[in-house]
Amino acid sequence: MEATLVNILVRIVSIVLAVSCALPAFAGESIKLGAILAETGPASFLGAPEAKTLRMLVEDINAKGGINGKKIELIIKDTGADPQKAVSFAKQLIDEEKVFAIIGPSTSGETMQIKNIAEEGKTILLSCAAAEVIVNPIARYVFKVAPSDRFAVEMIFHQMKKMGVTRIGLLSSNTGFGKAGKEQVERLASEHGIQILVSEVYDKSATDLTAEVTKLKAAHVQAVLNWSIEPAQAIVIKNVRQIGLAVPVFQSHGFANIQYAKAAGAAAEGVLFPASRLIVADVLESKHPQKSVVMGYKKAYEGKFKEDVSTFGGHGYDALMILVRALKEKGADREKVRSAIESMKGFIGTAGTFTFSSTDHNGLDINAFAMLTVKNGKFAFAD
Amino acid sequence: MIELFFQYLVAGLTYGTIYAIVGIGFNIIYNTTGIINFAQGEFVMLGGMTAVSLHAFLPLPAAIAAAVAMTMVIGGLIEIIFIRWLEKPSVLRMVIITIGISILTREAALHLWGEGVRALPYFTGNEITSLSLGGVRVSPQVLWALGISAVAVVLLNLFFKYTMLGREMRACAANRDAASLCGIPTRNMVTLSFVLSAGIGALAGCVVSPITQTQYSIGSGLAIKGFTVAILGGLGNSMAAVAAGFILGILESFSIWVMPTAYKDAIAISILLAMLFVRPSGLFGNREAFRLKEF
Repeated sequence: MEATLVNILVRIVSIVLAVSCALPAFAGESIKLGAILAETGPASFLGAPEAKTLRMLVEDINAKGGINGKKIELIIKDTGADPQKAVSFAKQLIDEEKVFAIIGPSTSGETMQIKNIAEEGKTILLSCAAAEVIVNPIARYVFKVAPSDRFAVEMIFHQMKKMGVTRIGLLSSNTGFGKAGKEQVERLASEHGIQILVSEVYDKSATDLTAEVTKLKAAHVQAVLNWSIEPAQAIVIKNVRQIGLAVPVFQSHGFANIQYAKAAGAAAEGVLFPASRLIVADVLESKHPQKSVVMGYKKAYEGKFKEDVSTFGGHGYDALMILVRALKEKGADREKVRSAIESMKGFIGTAGTFTFSSTDHNGLDINAFAMLTVKNGKFAFAD
Repeated sequence: MIELFFQYLVAGLTYGTIYAIVGIGFNIIYNTTGIINFAQGEFVMLGGMTAVSLHAFLPLPAAIAAAVAMTMVIGGLIEIIFIRWLEKPSVLRMVIITIGISILTREAALHLWGEGVRALPYFTGNEITSLSLGGVRVSPQVLWALGISAVAVVLLNLFFKYTMLGREMRACAANRDAASLCGIPTRNMVTLSFVLSAGIGALAGCVVSPITQTQYSIGSGLAIKGFTVAILGGLGNSMAAVAAGFILGILESFSIWVMPTAYKDAIAISILLAMLFVRPSGLFGNREAFRLKEF
């Protein structure tokens, strides 16, 4: 009896040894990609679909034989939206894991913390966050695939002009996303003839905003503009309607997650917000250049995870597929891949058609956004 | 102007109700054990989340009742597994244990329900329904929350004052050794206090969920406010927690009228700190009694 036990143990040990010897050989054949995402925590609305998308796509690419015969090895680090964790993960991925490129982080605050680390480590960073400062000033190795806040603000102001709205109340949350949006709104308002009567910043975990919207009501605003990515953006519209403030409500592109529309129920009807065409893929006209890309991704994601697709998962798709296209063209040479991304033209992604240049590391313009609204609990194009 | 005043007052009452009903839960466990249960916010979260899940195939009242019952069982289990076997634990040790339980529960909820935000439907009307009281608008859910907290507080007080079990629990809080000598099964009383406060927390989670929405991480934020009002009112006094909840809610709401929202939480924390420095027994607490408490 004991002899057999020893025998089994010896076998196990030898199998483990054999496998561990075989691993480095395998690793040499693969391309190591890092991802720093807020998979959990307050920004998990961004990070979770991004991480799921990356895992799904990498699995698919590897099943089809990888990129030019090389498999992708994906290492996802969950920051929980903590910029300090993003910093240590970035150092770990660059110095220890020596990854080829990093996708993420999910939020602007985290991205700004590691922008210089990626630049100094000469590691390509494809951020999924929106803030303009990520690519302005340009860092050679830092790109972003989410459209800038500025485009969203301009889109909203165009819509306001169309509706004859000039005096607005602005609400924003005290996060990187909220602050960046607020700055852009305040900076661009005067040149679009918009006057901000009240501007209030609320806590990201706010549970009721009745007092804030009462302040807007008292100022007789013609429209409410809310800028946040937290569940509070569903609370805002409920409170606006509950106190009987009957003006149009605008939201940022952070509202582009059907969960919020569902959470706000009847209050979400008629809310106006700019968003990527991905979330209205179904009703997008079939001759639109993005139609096949957004429908393909939507079907794959929704089929696999049984949940609605979001813009943010789309950022994960765009970041990885831009990288994959450059890798296919140039092979696993970091410098060549970097210039291939910088000179990439007409890449059709979920967020729009990307055309990068040495002065534009985002590659998108205002056309990345369409003006959407909520009709009968579903997203639809606004009139 | 006067209309505006009342509109802010309504906002304050809304905040106050949320804070008060969460604050009551702290008091029940404090009453029998003398410890602050930092996992109280998680009971609120569990109640709301469970009710939302059950509501998929149960009518609303049944879903809420079942969610409250399930959270009570969980509350009891938590006490039996983590706390019951400790021999005379120090306050610090208990605090750390409850913080640990809070983190554990939150992570378990994240794995079970994911990161999505949910909410129960409004008990009457929907997201845009509001009653107009002379030009002042109030969501019917606020009235539901007010009414249910009021009933809960009254029932709790009756229970603690007039039932044998309630008296035994209070005896246990006043002096555990003496209570034990009188033949009161003190350990069971502690378990019962966890069951009760989990129940109150879960009920709170259900009635405020249409207003605040529910997510795996909502517990800690609510717990901080609930804790603040429990301290402000005087620990162990549920009526005082309700009054303190309204005071804090109304102060916060009116602060928004006159200054930027950003200062709202600063006001709450300043009040908490000032209270702890100047009058740790709370607004309505008895100073003499407080001095006699063991820490």
